[in-house]
Amino acid sequence: MPLELFTVGEPIADTKAPTDVPIGERWSERKFRGRLVNPANRRKLTVIVVGTGLAGGSAAATLGEAGYKVKSFWYQDSPRRAHSVAAQGGINAAKNYRNDGDSVHRLFYDTVKGGDFRSRENNVHRLAEVSVNIIDQCVAQGVPFAREYGGLLDNRSFGGTQVSRTFYARGQTGQQLLYGAYQALERQIAAGSVEQHARTEMLDLIVVDGRARGIVARDLVSGEISTHFADAVVIASGGYGNVFYLSTNAKGSNATAIWRAHKRGAYFANPCYTQIHPTCIPVKGDYQSKLTLMSESLRNDGRVWVPKERGDTRDPREIPESERDYYLERLYPSFGNLVPRDIASRQAKNVCDEGRGVGPGGLGVYLDFAEAIERLGRPAVEAKYGNLFDMYAQITGEDPYAVPMRIYPAVHYTMGGLWVDYDLQSTIPGMFVIGEANFSDHGANRLGASALMQGLADGYFVLPSTISSYLADGPFEKVDESHPAAVEALTGVQEQVQKLLSINGNRTPASFHREVGQLMWDLCGMERTDEGLRKAIDRIQEIRQEFWTNLKVTGDWHSFNQTLEHAGRVADFIELAELMCIDALHRRESCGGHFRAESQTPEGEALRDDENFAYVAAWEWTPEGQPPVLHREALEYEYVHLAQRSYK
Amino acid sequence: MRSSVGNPGAESKRGMNLTLRIWRQQGPTVKGKMVTYKITDISPDMSFLEMLDVLNEQLIMQGDDPVAFDHDCREGICGMCGVMINGQAHGPQQTTTCQLHMRSFADGDTIDIEPWRATAFPIIKDLAVDRRAFDRIIQAGGYISVPTGTAPEAHATPVPKADSDAAFDAATCIGCGACVAACPNASSMLFTAAKVTHLGLLPQGQPERNDRVVNMVAQQDREGFGGCTNIGECSASCPKGISMETISRLNHDLLGALRAGARPKS
Repeated sequence: MPLELFTVGEPIADTKAPTDVPIGERWSERKFRGRLVNPANRRKLTVIVVGTGLAGGSAAATLGEAGYKVKSFWYQDSPRRAHSVAAQGGINAAKNYRNDGDSVHRLFYDTVKGGDFRSRENNVHRLAEVSVNIIDQCVAQGVPFAREYGGLLDNRSFGGTQVSRTFYARGQTGQQLLYGAYQALERQIAAGSVEQHARTEMLDLIVVDGRARGIVARDLVSGEISTHFADAVVIASGGYGNVFYLSTNAKGSNATAIWRAHKRGAYFANPCYTQIHPTCIPVKGDYQSKLTLMSESLRNDGRVWVPKERGDTRDPREIPESERDYYLERLYPSFGNLVPRDIASRQAKNVCDEGRGVGPGGLGVYLDFAEAIERLGRPAVEAKYGNLFDMYAQITGEDPYAVPMRIYPAVHYTMGGLWVDYDLQSTIPGMFVIGEANFSDHGANRLGASALMQGLADGYFVLPSTISSYLADGPFEKVDESHPAAVEALTGVQEQVQKLLSINGNRTPASFHREVGQLMWDLCGMERTDEGLRKAIDRIQEIRQEFWTNLKVTGDWHSFNQTLEHAGRVADFIELAELMCIDALHRRESCGGHFRAESQTPEGEALRDDENFAYVAAWEWTPEGQPPVLHREALEYEYVHLAQRSYK
Repeated sequence: MRSSVGNPGAESKRGMNLTLRIWRQQGPTVKGKMVTYKITDISPDMSFLEMLDVLNEQLIMQGDDPVAFDHDCREGICGMCGVMINGQAHGPQQTTTCQLHMRSFADGDTIDIEPWRATAFPIIKDLAVDRRAFDRIIQAGGYISVPTGTAPEAHATPVPKADSDAAFDAATCIGCGACVAACPNASSMLFTAAKVTHLGLLPQGQPERNDRVVNMVAQQDREGFGGCTNIGECSASCPKGISMETISRLNHDLLGALRAGARPKS
C-alpha cells in the first residue's frame, strides 16, 4: 500500500458503552448513568433533525413529544416521501410470538454473524433489546401489520434465519412504518413543537468552538441559502447508494449532508461496505434512471438458472432441462436458492462474467417459477407473489407466469456511514447520526428486515435517550448568523453554488453521475481487486477534474433549479467515491458483501482476515491535496464466537 | 398484462418519435403556456419519467431551461411524481407516472403533459406543485396520539383480520394527489377518507375517531379543496385503488361525530 493514498492516525474507541457490566445490562446501565434534562428546561433547547425517514421522522417526533424545540428538514415536499417508504419485506423483532426459540440473544447473535463480524456487539445487542418496543409502538400508532385469523400479529421468516421474527404489512412494510412516524411527526408540527422546513436541503454543518451548532441549508423553491442554529444537530439523511448512479435508492437520495459533515470533521466509517441485492430487475438501456428491487422472498419458490452454454440466446422455454445450469442449487446443495444476499449476488455476477448471462447485454439470470406453478398451482403463486409479478410485468412488459423472470443484482443499502459512538454521537460533539446514515449495526452485510428495525430503534428509543446526556450541558452560548463560523460556512456554500453555475461547460450533472456510477459498479462493486481499485481512484480524480471545468448547469440559484441540486450532489458523490475506493483498497480481505479477489479460499469462496482486519475503518478528512487519515477501532467479540460463514 | 413472444428482454429496436406539449410556467405568479417539443428515438421500454429525463438532457445541452417535475422513488410508492397526461391523472393506466412506460404510446403520438390542476395545489414551477395542504389535513387529526414509549404490549389488543386488512387497504394511499387532480371539483375527499378509514377501523383509533373526522374535514375545506359529489374519478385514477367505500365510511363517521356533538377546533 503506497503511503500517498492514506496515512494512519491514532486508534479510535467507543467510550460510552458501559463494558463493566454484562452485555444484557449495558443499555439500561447507560441510560441510568446518562444525564437527564428537566422537562422545564427542554423547551430552552433546540435540536435540528435532517431527514424524515424512519430514523429522522421518529426522532423528530419523539424529541418534540419530550418537549425539545425541534427543527425538521427534508428535501421532498412532504416528510412522507422519505425513501424508507419503499422498503418491502419487513421488520425484525425478538418477540418470540411463534414460540420457536427466538430471543433477544438469538437476534443479537444472528445479526452479528450475518454482519460477518464487522459490527459492534454492544450496539447490536441494544438493537435486539429495543426491537420489541418498536413493534408495540407501531401497533399503537395504527400500523396495519399482517394478522392471523385470531387477531394476533403474523410473522414470517426472512433472509435465511431459522425463526419467524419478521413482522410485515404485505409488501409495503416500510411505507406503513414510515406513515406511523410521519403521522406522529405531523402531530408534533401541529402542536408547535416541531418547526418544519420542507423542500430544504442541508449543504453544510456549522461548527462553533468544536461543537455542532447549526446547518447551512438551501430552500429548494426560493433558492434562498440560509443558516439555522441549534444546541445539537441530528443527521438522518439515509444512505449513499446513489454514488453508483443506478441503485434501488430514490433519485433524490444523496450523500451531501453526511459528506459535508465529514468535511467538517466527522469520521466516515467503512465507506466501502455496500449491500448488493440479488433480486432486482435488470438494466434495460442506457437511459435507465433507477433499478427496482423485487423482494427476495421470491427466492423461496423461484429457481435461479442460466444456460449451460455461453451465448445461448434461445427463448428460455425452448432450453431443455439438461441444458440449464441451476447454479445455486449445484454450488450450495444445502441452502440452494436461499443462500444469503451477498453469495447469490456474486454468483450471478460470476455466471454473467462467464458469458452465460441472459437478456440485454448478458446481464441477467433467470428466476423461474414454472416448477412452483406446477407444484402449487397458479392461484397459489398469485396469492403469494401476485403484486411482485404485476410490478415486474409493468416494468418489463413481460408475463412472468409464462416466461421466467430475469433478475440481476443492484446496489441497495450502504452499511458504512458516519462513525458514531454508543450514544450515536459522531466525532463532532453535538452532532448525532442515526439510521442508514451511520455505520454501527450491520457490519459488512445487513440481514433482511434489519434496516427498518435499526432506523426506528435509533429514532424512537436510542437517540432520544442518549442525546439528553449531551444537552444537559446546554443551552450553549447563543450563536447567530453573524458568528464568523456561520459566515464562513454560508459564504462557502454560496461560492460553491455560484461556481457550479459559472462553469458553463459541455456535460450535464447526470452524465458525470452516470460515468462515476458505472466506474464504481465495475471496480468497487461486488468484486474488487487491487489493480482495479487503483485504476478507479486514478479515473475518479480525472472525472473530478473534468467536473469542475466542463460541467453545464442552466438557470440560476435563486429559484427552483433541479439541475443545480443534482450538480451539488454529484460533486459530493465523486469525492465520496474516491474514499470508498481507498477504503476498499486498504481492506485486503473478503467480508460480507465484499469479495476481494486476492482473498479467497481454494474453492473460490470469500475469505475473511480477522487477524488483520477485525476493525472499523474510520476515515478523517484532510485538507485538499492531503491523503485521508485512517483511525482504527478494534472490534472485540466477547459473546459471539468468531467463525467463517459456510452455506455449503 | 402483455405476454411477450420471442427472446424475453430483447430490447425493441423500434424508437418512437413523439410530439410533447408541456405546460411551462416559471413560478406561481407568472402566466404559463403549453410549449411544443419534438422528441425522437424513444424506446418503448422507457418509463415516462425517463422520457422526460431524455428531453431535459437535450434542453440543458441547448442551454434551455429543463422542465421541472417532481419525482423521487420511481417505483410507485413515494407519491412524489404525478402529472396530467392527455388530461388523465398519471396517464392512461391506473398507476403512478413513474410506473407508466412508453409502450403505452405509439410512434407519432402527441402527448399533452400538465401539472395537477387544483387551487389547493399551487404551482411551484412547470409540472411541480405544492401539495403541503395534504400534510395539514393529516396534522388536523390523521394520527393516533401515542407518545413514544407509552404503548402497551402489541398483543394486548387483538384486531380482527378482516378489519386489519381493510385498514391496510385504506392505508396504502401514497398522497400523490391524483384524486384531487382527477376530480372535477378538485376535492380531497378520497385522500381524507382513506386516513379516516384506516384509523377508524382499528381499535387503537377509536378514542379520537369523532374529533379526527370533524377536524380533518374542516381542514380540507379551509385549504380550498372542493366538495365531494360522488363522481368517482378519484378512485378510478388512484394508483393504489383506494375505494369509494372509504368516502361512505367518512360520511358515516362524520354524521355520527356531529350527532355526538363533536365540533372542529377553530
